[in-house]
Amino acid sequence: MALVEIRNVHKSFQRDTQTVEVFEGLTLDFAANSFTALMGPSGSGKSTLLNLIAGLDRPTSGTITVAGAAVSGLSPSGLAAWRARHVGFVFQSYNLLPVLTAAQNVELPLLLTRLSKKERDERVRIALGIVGLEDRMQHYPRQLSGGQEQRVAIARAIVSDPTLILLDEPTGQLDKKSAEEVLTLLQRLNAEMKKTIIMVTHDAHAAERAQQVLHIDKGVLAR
Amino acid sequence: MKLFPLVFANLRRHKLRTVLTILGVALATFLFASLRSVVTTLNQGAEVASASRMVVTHKTAIVFPLPMSYKERLATVKGVEAVTWANWFGGTYGDGKTFFAQYAVDPDTWFAMYPEVGVPPDQFEAFKNERTAALVGKGLMEVFGWHVGQDVTIRGSIYPGDWTFTIRGVYTPTVRAFDDRSFMFHYDYLYEHTDHRAIPGWFVLRLSDPSLAPQVAQTVDDMFQNSSDPTKTGTEKAFNQGFITMWGNVRFLMNSIGMAVVFAILMVTANAMMMTARERTGEVAVLKTIGFTDRTLFGLVMGEASVITLTGAVLGLGGAKLLYGGGGVTMNGMLPGFDVTAGTLVLGFVIAAVLALASGIVPALRAARLSIVQALRHVE
Amino acid sequence: MKIPLVYNLRSIAQRPVSTAMTALGITLVVAVFVAMLALAGGFQAALVKTGSPSNVIVLRRGATSELTSGISREDERVLATDPRIATGADGQPLISPEVVVVVNIPRKVGEGMNNIVARGVNEEAYAVRGIHIVAGRKFESGKSEIILGKKIVPRFAHTAIGDSLRFAGRTWLVVGHFDAGGSALESEIWGENEQFMPVFRGQVFQSVIFRLKDLAAFDEAKRTLEGDQRLTVQVERESVFYAAQSGMLTRIMTVLAVMITSIMAVGAVFGAINTMYASVSSRTSEIAVLLTLGFKPRSILASFLAESAAIAALGGVAGGLLALPINGIVTSTTNWASFSEVAFAFRVTPGLLLGGFVFALVMGLVGGFFPAWRASRLRVVQALR
Repeated sequence: MALVEIRNVHKSFQRDTQTVEVFEGLTLDFAANSFTALMGPSGSGKSTLLNLIAGLDRPTSGTITVAGAAVSGLSPSGLAAWRARHVGFVFQSYNLLPVLTAAQNVELPLLLTRLSKKERDERVRIALGIVGLEDRMQHYPRQLSGGQEQRVAIARAIVSDPTLILLDEPTGQLDKKSAEEVLTLLQRLNAEMKKTIIMVTHDAHAAERAQQVLHIDKGVLAR
Repeated sequence: MKLFPLVFANLRRHKLRTVLTILGVALATFLFASLRSVVTTLNQGAEVASASRMVVTHKTAIVFPLPMSYKERLATVKGVEAVTWANWFGGTYGDGKTFFAQYAVDPDTWFAMYPEVGVPPDQFEAFKNERTAALVGKGLMEVFGWHVGQDVTIRGSIYPGDWTFTIRGVYTPTVRAFDDRSFMFHYDYLYEHTDHRAIPGWFVLRLSDPSLAPQVAQTVDDMFQNSSDPTKTGTEKAFNQGFITMWGNVRFLMNSIGMAVVFAILMVTANAMMMTARERTGEVAVLKTIGFTDRTLFGLVMGEASVITLTGAVLGLGGAKLLYGGGGVTMNGMLPGFDVTAGTLVLGFVIAAVLALASGIVPALRAARLSIVQALRHVE
Repeated sequence: MKIPLVYNLRSIAQRPVSTAMTALGITLVVAVFVAMLALAGGFQAALVKTGSPSNVIVLRRGATSELTSGISREDERVLATDPRIATGADGQPLISPEVVVVVNIPRKVGEGMNNIVARGVNEEAYAVRGIHIVAGRKFESGKSEIILGKKIVPRFAHTAIGDSLRFAGRTWLVVGHFDAGGSALESEIWGENEQFMPVFRGQVFQSVIFRLKDLAAFDEAKRTLEGDQRLTVQVERESVFYAAQSGMLTRIMTVLAVMITSIMAVGAVFGAINTMYASVSSRTSEIAVLLTLGFKPRSILASFLAESAAIAALGGVAGGLLALPINGIVTSTTNWASFSEVAFAFRVTPGLLLGGFVFALVMGLVGGFFPAWRASRLRVVQALR
């Protein structure tokens, strides 16, 4: 069984009076421990797909199952709880809360668990260690470079040891060097720590670092 | 709750905004407490009245005096334990700008009627034994910087001429709401120096049993009903309350202004909360993505509003209590015992809670209802 | 180069909720300001109107109010011979010896009793004091009849024409209502002085009021009468006398008004500061564009100050409008000098409204200053990042 199973998913949006069909019966699998890059022109639906997998949005019809759980059928509060446990999400920008330090930002998902302060601090330290920013724990986002910010975001994404790591254009705002840092990290997470990663990107170089690349155009998969 | 650090961190985002809003709430609650305290203090003056005392005045108008002969007849009324009388002198001292009450009293009976007037025994004796002596309230001594033994000249207006007294004693009220700015002297002195024309302004009775008040009032008023000086007898409480209503509709005025103040600060607080909410749509989306529930987000925003209003309320109400609790403020003697009551404090905090709710509800609901997907599309 | 005001006005319109709330805060401050000063002003006006500068009031020397004064019949006869007294249309000198006492009459059902001034006057009093009968007729000499000031009529019981009021051991028939131009006299009961005298006090009047032939003759009259060995009197212009009576209460009310609105104003200013700072922060790119176009920092400063002032102006106008309906509402308090109730109307004057508006502008300018300053200090490079 694949980690993520997408079966006959339809998704449409209402834009003013028009109905826009993004997916019309999409069926797709993501294997465990895979590192997939999703590419496609803007408007192709790749971000929407990510949102659907993460439970941020619901398909109009069809099912999405992640690690055996039918994500598409959960209630909003159920989804919230599920996300806290199973998903680490990294956005293109606006990831970190500027009023919190790096450590506090990474700690956020753990506030939703029953771990004690001591246990939380320990995990935060480990997560930041993995991304190589342990020495920047007490820094505020404004004191970090773009690449460092994204790495902190990744630390936050892995701190609760989720099933799935989803990234939406993680290197879109970064310069070459920072992008490099981030992609190397992702590869390590996938190879050494066996994390399943799905990354949306329109940067071909970034896509190269994944194990496989899927192309989506107008809601349809193309190989 | 472990989410408190998040609430505080968010408040620290715009330190100036948070501080100004808190200060605004502090000012508003301070003002509210002050206004309400005017009403509670005035009422207290009426509450402080002794249930055992009654006041007998001229029925036609309080400014008309009563014959001294009434003294004996009042003493015969069933239920009356003691009788005393006094006269309002109503003069001016110095430049006449500072008002204080002057009474001509009968030393033998007045102080037994008013045990709240606390005088050291030796000073009281000195006062009793000297015709031209005066007994002055502690507060008044401080206002004019008088000392015991000093001569004080008061210009009479109801009783014209310059009247000189020697201060022989200082009294300190044993009950806070009791006026400590009065000036008392011998009734007999007034009597002598008006060619025996002065007569009591009013009589005070002590009841053996407070429940007899209605009967006593009826008996006394019936007794003098058809004379040329009919009486109006009432409890001390009713008498004091009569004075309060003389101010006009103070309660209404203070309450109206109080409401305006609260509403104004609601505008300030709600505005601050909404501005913050507008700037944080992206973050709310991120938090929800991580897995924070709608309910939690709601709680976070309400938490921020609550911290602001509660902190402001503590500052404002606490400040008012500290300022007035010392007893220093009496509005020139017109509001003795001015203080913030427990009731006012409670009401103040209730208002703070309502403020939190009213200012936070819209942004909190917005945060709770925020569609992550919509917000993210916005943000990126 | 001046930044057009339209930019600011449109920007304000872009944030309607924020603007409305900030303006509302200011509205309330201005409304309270206007209302409280209208209260104080109304009270003072009622008392000031009570006196005319061409009238002279004579009291016993040393008396601080009419109640504590006494002028004998002989003294009144001496006063009546003074050549400076004007003559009325009927050929009689315009001099009014008055008996003044305080009586206790019941308010409309269930509201207790109140002290009211009862004044005993003669025929000349109407002309001297500017009184007009608006219902019924004048009282007749020798009868137990009274007329009521029109402010008493709605507030007390048994005040209709034909009703009877009982005080001082006698029953009096209400035969008319009178108008006194909004002055404190409208809160009084009037009857014949000869009728009131024996009932109340004995053979003295409390005050004597007369009209001067010539306004300027006052100082001379004062000197002569106060120096007259036969009399022990003090002489004052009627207007000055009544104005002094209103002094204490008006002072208290004004001080209170200023204190309360000042504190409220600080809060409102805080609100304005917050709003303007947020406004500036969200418009840094706009400011950068303006700077790039060549507008000077000074213009940016002026522009944002104007914006803040505009919001405040809205609040100020609304505040004045909010307080306006109060004008003319009648309320009452005790005139401590006469120990009796004075009914008066709230008095909202154009000057007061203008004052409120200016107050609002000041709040807006103070609140907007630092944010506008920050806006003007913006570096283009920073803003465009």
